[in-house]
Order: sequence, then C-alpha cells, then structure tokens
Amino acid sequence: MTTDLKTTCLHDLHVGLGALMSPFGGFDMPIQYSGIEQEHMAVRHKCGVFDVSHMGEVVVTGNDAQRFVNHIFTNDVTAMPDGKILYGMMLNPEGGVVDDLLVYKRADNDYLLVINASNIDKDVQWIERHAENFDVDIDNQSDRWGELAVQGPDAEKTMSDILGIDAADLSFYTFKTIGDMIVSRTGYTGEDGFEIYASADVIRDYWNRLIDAGVQPCGLGCRDTLRFETGLPLYGDELADDITPLEAGLGIFVKLDKPEFIGREALISQKAEGPARKIVGIEVEGQAIPRHGYEVLDADGNTIGSVTTGYHSISLDRNIAMALIAADHAALGTRLQVKVRRKVFPATVIKKRFYTPNYKK
Amino acid sequence: MLYYLPTHEYARVEGNIATIGISEYAARQLGNVVYVDMPEADDDVTKGEDFGAIESVKAASDLYSPVSGSVVEINELLIDNPKLVNEDPMNNWIIKVEMSDPSELDSLLSPEDYAKLCEAEKH
Repeated sequence: MTTDLKTTCLHDLHVGLGALMSPFGGFDMPIQYSGIEQEHMAVRHKCGVFDVSHMGEVVVTGNDAQRFVNHIFTNDVTAMPDGKILYGMMLNPEGGVVDDLLVYKRADNDYLLVINASNIDKDVQWIERHAENFDVDIDNQSDRWGELAVQGPDAEKTMSDILGIDAADLSFYTFKTIGDMIVSRTGYTGEDGFEIYASADVIRDYWNRLIDAGVQPCGLGCRDTLRFETGLPLYGDELADDITPLEAGLGIFVKLDKPEFIGREALISQKAEGPARKIVGIEVEGQAIPRHGYEVLDADGNTIGSVTTGYHSISLDRNIAMALIAADHAALGTRLQVKVRRKVFPATVIKKRFYTPNYKK
Repeated sequence: MLYYLPTHEYARVEGNIATIGISEYAARQLGNVVYVDMPEADDDVTKGEDFGAIESVKAASDLYSPVSGSVVEINELLIDNPKLVNEDPMNNWIIKVEMSDPSELDSLLSPEDYAKLCEAEKH
C-alpha cells in the first residue's frame, strides 16, 4: 500500500528531478533519473551521488557494548581502533543471515550499526531481544539520519571541491566525525567513494550543491547493477534467513576463532561438513538474460539451484548472474544451464567478482 | 486499423495480418531495451497469452499477444539491435501474425481508449 511507504528527506527533490520512483525496503525510492546505464557509467568513470537515507542506523553504547556487538556480529570488534569500520553479519542460531551490516567504532563501547532498510524493524527487535543480559543501551536512530553515497573515481575531488569536505586522509573502511556528521570511505559500487551521515537539513543542502554542480544523481537501479558486477551480496537476493555466510562465500567476515557469537556452532559444523550449496558466478551463452529466481540446471537437465541476481552487465556487456546452487557443481568452469522462460541456455561457472573494484586502500 | 491491449502491445491490422509491437508509452517506461525474446515463424500465439518477452537493464516484461494465430514473420533487425524498439516502437514491430479469428479485435482497445488508460496510469 503506497500510504504505508516511508520517504527520505530528499523525496520531493527526487520527484522534482523526474525520477522514476518505486517502493524499496518500505521506502518510496528513486530507481533512476536519466537512465540506469548512464548513471552506472557515471559512477564507473566519474562520480555519482545516491540518496541512501533509507538505510538504518542503530547506536549501541554501554559498559558491555563491545562484548554485546561481538555476541551478535560475525566479525571481531575486539581490536578495532576508533574510526574503523567492519563488514559482517548478524546470524540466527542456525547460521542463517538476519542481516548484513557495517559496524562503525566511534569510541570504546560506542558502536554505530548500519543496517538494511528492509530489515530495520526485524533487526531492532533482534538486537533488543538478545541484549537482555548485557549492560547496553540500544538506540534506533534510523529516522534521524540522512545519508548520501558519493561514488566514483572523482569522488574525493567532488567531496573537497563541491562540499568542502577534506576526506582524502581516510583509508578504505575508516571514518571521521566532523561536527554532528560522519564521513566514511565506504560504498556499494566497487569504486572509490564516501558515505555521509548527517541531519536532513545538511543532507538536503549537500544534495542540492552536488546536483547544481552537475554531479550525476543515481538511483537504486544502478546501485544494484554496480554492486552486482563487483560480486557484492544484496540481502533478499544472495543473503536471507536461510542462507549462511559460508554458502554466500563470505567466510572471511566470520571469525570462528572468537569465543562465541550467535550462529557460531552451526557454522563450525557446516564448515566441517562443507556447505551443501554455494553462491557462484555464472555466464550465460546467447542473448538470454538470467534473472532472480530463474532455475539453474546441471548439464543433464536436473535442477540444482536458482539465480539470485542477474543482468546484462553494463560494464562488461555479458549476460552474467550470481546463483545459489548445489556445491558439487560450484567449481569454476563447470558446465550448467539456465532456464529462461521456455528455453534453456548453456552457462558456465565463473568468478563472481565479475568486475575488479577500484578501491583506495 | 490500430488496436491495443491494456498491457501496452499494439496490433496494426491490414487484411488478415496483425503487426504486433509495444506502444511508445511502454517503450519509454521500459528504458533501454537490451533483448527481445521472440517466437519463431510458424509458432502459434494465443490472444492474451505471452509470446515472448522484452528486457530492459532492470527487468524482463512478458509480451502478450493481442490476437490468436500463427507467426508469419519476426523482426530480425531486433536480434542484433533491440534498441530500435526505443527509437521508434510503432515502426519497429516485433512479430506479424496471421489471425485465426479476426473477431477477437472487437475486444481490444481503440487508440483513444488506450491513450486514456496511459493517462490514468501516470496518476
């Protein structure tokens, strides 16, 4: 129901720019402005700006904050310096992914968790439910923060020249606080870039300055094509309550050597047995485009899984997909087939990092 | 004579042949077309049922046939150049069908009624 949709602090500006709007994660969000391809290419070759104010922000503080974040998070926050960011997941006891998130360490026992818009209510309930035996304060600040992502090879120059933010000193996955604002060297595009968390007024001012200066506004359409080409997962496609990080190929963000976290036992046994399914990259021959949900078959025609995300890749001009398939067919070079409507097309397992990212280390 | 389905396919009828494509409104809404999945000549199509799909970067959309009959020709230019649909969808048709039941045309939308439907969709 459209009446239930939330809006970001930039909603009227998107409509004013003529954006194609569509529901995503409970918000009425811009899918594209001038076109997905043009916006995608702007991020790959110059710079684009995204409204990602729909993302959720939860602050965890208190005497047990570090121990608590380690309890619900797969990565290890123990040795994190202030200003560092880690990617990881919250898991259920079966090892399935409740959500994937970024953890910003602001100070000792002071963490900012950035979560997916579609999961805000579920995550906050999950976090609060598991905090009972910890001395922590959980503050869901999702409605208070706006967020912009400035992404592309010209992002650093755009930040300084147009917004007057000197962020050149930030290395990948670090952040700094400027007044009430947080600026991090992070993104979801496979290019260098920054994310700015601030109040609605500041975010609106920055957005207008960027647009007036000719920076390409980018919608969620190209956000998906960009993250996909880099093999980055999207919750709901490659990640879900019944998909584990090991199946998704995200084992490096799971620290099984930590003494405990929710889902650890399930992952230890899954690792010992080897996961039965895996997310792989596939390339489809012919003109057919593999899409989310399409069946993946082995060479003999048996169903072995399904496509999680697929596109005619804008940067690579190939028909490629990520798919969740039986692990015994996951080796690189394995011959598969994908069913696209009535026809079946040959496909091959390839590396899922289709496009090599250009991060600033 | 020109007819439309509410799902944005048109049928331009000359004699017993219906030339089928997608409307200008639909072509604009789709964005850049990257692939048109077409049937083959001699395939049968049925009014209201899908005969193929048209794909933009974002999504695949089924194509529904305004009439029943047999495919007599597909637009082979679209195989290598699907963007022609964006450039001029009324001239860059998708398939031509020899109709088996021309009375089916009576239930299709006139250009005027179709225009009203598009106007309503915008609001």
